[in-house]
Amino acid sequence: MSSGMPLLAIVALPFIGSLVAAFLRQDARNGAAFLAGTVALCATILTAVQYPAVHRGAVLRAGVEWIPTLGLDFTLRMDGFTWLFTMLVTGIGFLVALYARYYMSPSDPVPRFFAFLLAFMGAMLGIVLSGNLIQLVFFWELTSLFSFLLIGYWHHNASARDGARMALTVTATGGLCLLVGVLLIGHIVGSWDLDQVLSSGGKVRSSSLYLPALILVLLGALTKSAQFPFHFWLPHAMAAPTPVSAYLHSATMVKAGVFLLTLLWPVLSGTEAWFYIVVTAGLCTLVLGAYAAIFQQDLKGLLAYSTISHLGLITLLLGLSSPLAAVAAIFHTINHATFKASLFMAAGIIDHESGTRDIRRLSGLFRFMPITATLAMVAAAAMAGVPLLNGFLSKEMFFAEAAAFHIDSLLDHSLPYFAMLASAFSVAYSLRFIHGVFFGPPPTDLPRTPHEPPHWMRFPVEFLVLACLLVGILPAMTIKPFLASAVWAVLGPDTPPYSLAVWHGFNEPLLMSIIALAGGILLYWLLQRYFAKGIEGPPLMRRLKGQRIFERILVTLSWKWARSLERLFGTQRLQPQLRLLVGFAVLAALWPLYRQGLEAGSRPSAAFDPAFLLLWIVGGLCAIGAAYQAKYHRLAAMVLLGGAGLVTCITFVWFSAPDLAITQLLVEIVTTVLILLGLRWLPKRIEIVGEGLALGLQARVRRARDLMLALAAGTGMTLIVYAMLTRPLHDSISRYFVENAYAEGGGRNVVNVLLVDFRGFDTFGEIVVLAVVAITVFSLLRRFRPAPESVDAPEQQQVQDAYDRARLDRAVGDTLADYLTIPATIMQWLFPVIIVVAIYLFLRGHDLPGGGFAAGVTMSIALILQYMAGGTRWIEARLRVRPISWIGLGLLCAAFTGMGAWLFSHPFLTSYFQYLEVPAIGKVPAATALLFDLGVFAVVVGATVLILIALAHQSVRSSRTARSSLSTVAPALTKGDA
Amino acid sequence: MTELVFALAVGILTASGVWLLLRPRTFQVIIGLSLLSYAVNLFIFGMGRLRVGAPPVLENAEAVDPSLYADPLPQALVLTAIVISFAMTALFLVVLLASRGLTGTDHVDGQEDPQ
Repeated sequence: MSSGMPLLAIVALPFIGSLVAAFLRQDARNGAAFLAGTVALCATILTAVQYPAVHRGAVLRAGVEWIPTLGLDFTLRMDGFTWLFTMLVTGIGFLVALYARYYMSPSDPVPRFFAFLLAFMGAMLGIVLSGNLIQLVFFWELTSLFSFLLIGYWHHNASARDGARMALTVTATGGLCLLVGVLLIGHIVGSWDLDQVLSSGGKVRSSSLYLPALILVLLGALTKSAQFPFHFWLPHAMAAPTPVSAYLHSATMVKAGVFLLTLLWPVLSGTEAWFYIVVTAGLCTLVLGAYAAIFQQDLKGLLAYSTISHLGLITLLLGLSSPLAAVAAIFHTINHATFKASLFMAAGIIDHESGTRDIRRLSGLFRFMPITATLAMVAAAAMAGVPLLNGFLSKEMFFAEAAAFHIDSLLDHSLPYFAMLASAFSVAYSLRFIHGVFFGPPPTDLPRTPHEPPHWMRFPVEFLVLACLLVGILPAMTIKPFLASAVWAVLGPDTPPYSLAVWHGFNEPLLMSIIALAGGILLYWLLQRYFAKGIEGPPLMRRLKGQRIFERILVTLSWKWARSLERLFGTQRLQPQLRLLVGFAVLAALWPLYRQGLEAGSRPSAAFDPAFLLLWIVGGLCAIGAAYQAKYHRLAAMVLLGGAGLVTCITFVWFSAPDLAITQLLVEIVTTVLILLGLRWLPKRIEIVGEGLALGLQARVRRARDLMLALAAGTGMTLIVYAMLTRPLHDSISRYFVENAYAEGGGRNVVNVLLVDFRGFDTFGEIVVLAVVAITVFSLLRRFRPAPESVDAPEQQQVQDAYDRARLDRAVGDTLADYLTIPATIMQWLFPVIIVVAIYLFLRGHDLPGGGFAAGVTMSIALILQYMAGGTRWIEARLRVRPISWIGLGLLCAAFTGMGAWLFSHPFLTSYFQYLEVPAIGKVPAATALLFDLGVFAVVVGATVLILIALAHQSVRSSRTARSSLSTVAPALTKGDA
Repeated sequence: MTELVFALAVGILTASGVWLLLRPRTFQVIIGLSLLSYAVNLFIFGMGRLRVGAPPVLENAEAVDPSLYADPLPQALVLTAIVISFAMTALFLVVLLASRGLTGTDHVDGQEDPQ
């Protein structure tokens, strides 16, 4: 798609710019501003040159495959309407970047600001140009996110934080509703592609899911465009830097809601539900917003409420469902963006140059900044709908539509009156803005002496005001063709005839305009005395604060209800949780059994050998014994646990799994060492004879209940396993592995080939987990504080040491060493033998049982035995094992082996093998998988040794601390403390 | 019959493990978890069905008949599970030691039962 590149570039450029800006130096104000301005200007120019292509109904498209299996592609499309919006976003973006260069203080982290601003611009362009609805929602939420970051830019300011959070909560919740709504629409249409959705309006409107989809989409649009009753977040968003307010909260982001309504207008509009919901929301917002704006004391607050009101006007127009109203809505969207952005910038200049935005403190600024004042006056006049300005044209259209007849209802009949009322309000607040700030006596006690801003700071205002004037005076020569292509894109052949002339003769809308103007001036004059009192907030509505309601809802939802739910259902105690878990697992397994019954399958049984039965009589007794003894006789329980483990190990051998048996046996050994090391730190617990009889009723009930649960779980497992084992195994992927192990992995031991070759990536994950656990154990033990009664050396050792001390010819620790003389000698002699076994297991792993895991554990046993034989200090004086290096090197080895495949342009961990002819030895397998297995080996060695040694070291360390704190305890340990 | 014994073995290991899991002392829970991991490993291993005397490694590497060999897939899963369960036992042991050092008790909740 050759025509698609510019579209992709328009969306991608701001994001790239944002990334670059994020990496600029903190104080690179000029650089960041220049970058932002250039990006915005490039995007504007790129958009502008697309105009000939989208003129007269053509649609530009660009796409990249995204999730083709779901029919989702990343698509961009641009028609006349979205072209106009793109121009708005990029053009005003450029002006705002220029303005922000002068507005932002050099002491702020300005590159961060521009990074957010550019990212927002990209997200906004993403919304506008999205060719599929899911993608649109994605960018929609992105704009909420960047709006949050921008409102909270001055995060040291509490009101900025609160405003940001509120805006995010409201708009992101709306975005979630929108997502569901869009999913519903996609379900009705059968596709999320915008073109398909746009062409299936009838299908959507006649669907039974239309109403829920409509309500959800409207929730998204109305929250975003700050429509009643969700309007309250916008005034609080004014805590953002003024360029943000000008850009996001008047010209672009809040327009996303009305943009979406316009975009989906051909699909969703035209029903009664649409009319009543949208018109009501729009009307309430229009009137209440304008009313509240009159009484604001903060310049930006006034503009914020005015924005809310104007957005209400656009929403109302869209709700009317008549093509002419849609034309007016599109036209007003553009006009509002131009005059409101310039007014915000003017307000920012006033704030910047005088130090305050409070209308009560400002007055008579005309004499200090005549040019800015004139510009602001023109823009405010456009806002009030004064003739010869662009606001007048769209307001005339609005009046004409308000007076026209739509659906026979009280709402429709009352529209013209409300329209005039709101218009009079808007005249009043515009007058207040101008008269209150620029006229009257010179200001007293301003934080700064006001003066004109630098020329380039004023330039964006000048440009926008010029646009207001040109469009207002010469609409046919300026905006007409662009508006025409935009309207055509939305309405298509339904485009009604409309005229953009300034003078339509003396008609109904003009009369309404005159009444509104006169009414507004009168209202402002009447309110003079009230304003003089300087009361915060509008009368009648002062107590109704959206913010307070919002906060109360949030507190109730996220605090009160959550707490009471936690009190009801939560527990911090482990046992009830585990009980519930096991109970639910049993029930969940019972359910299918209850539905389908349980019977044995037909698979022929494996040959029975009574020895196997005997084996498991021992194994079962061991398991039960371990369960019985674990409270008072820990050592016995551990021995019995080992017995059950051994029987398990023999079972693996029995059923043709030597690999498992080897690993199980070796792991059994290290587990035993591990638990032995831990036993020393547990509290003594001595069984009192007859205690069991004295148990309270509660304890008995608890035990009985747990026993029932355990029996239920055990019986359930038995039944499931039996049912499974007696059924034949269906063809599984194992067949593939067995057939290809030799041909593709070059090994005869299929299990090992599976681990290091076919499923090498999984194994890589496993060794990473192992490494993480080992390092966690290590770091947990570094700050280990044993319980006070466990600090002393074990009783037996104390007796031995006392004996040594009493005898002159013996050094402390001799007795202990004597006890272990024979085993220690054997262990030291076995060291090389075990290492050879480990190497042997490792090397043969690819073809015969063995492999990296087994070899690694063997190797670690060799090292641990040395610790046991010689004692921690003795061995560490002679042999430095660096387990963390083993882990690191092992991980690197495995990862680099995997990455080596990239050199031959194969995917990660593709293995290669060959048999090499080595003189005197013969054919030797040489597979890259062996290198990977080497990594596994090293990680297993490192992790096991690290865990065990870290635990062993505690005895040395704590006896040392005990020695230093308690001088009465003589040197306790030298040898054999592992 | 062999299948029944195997199934009972898994059942007994599970029951002992679950019983210990519900006990209040941390050491009991560790032993319980180990028993439970035996049970689960045997369970997964059993997914490949029990075969006595099947060759574990390929003999004739050129023409392979998968029905002759033990199922390698559950074995590979269990092999890593054995090593990982060792790691988890170690982690849990150290956490319980640290918890005992901090709270002065070996109760799983870090404090003795209120009653």
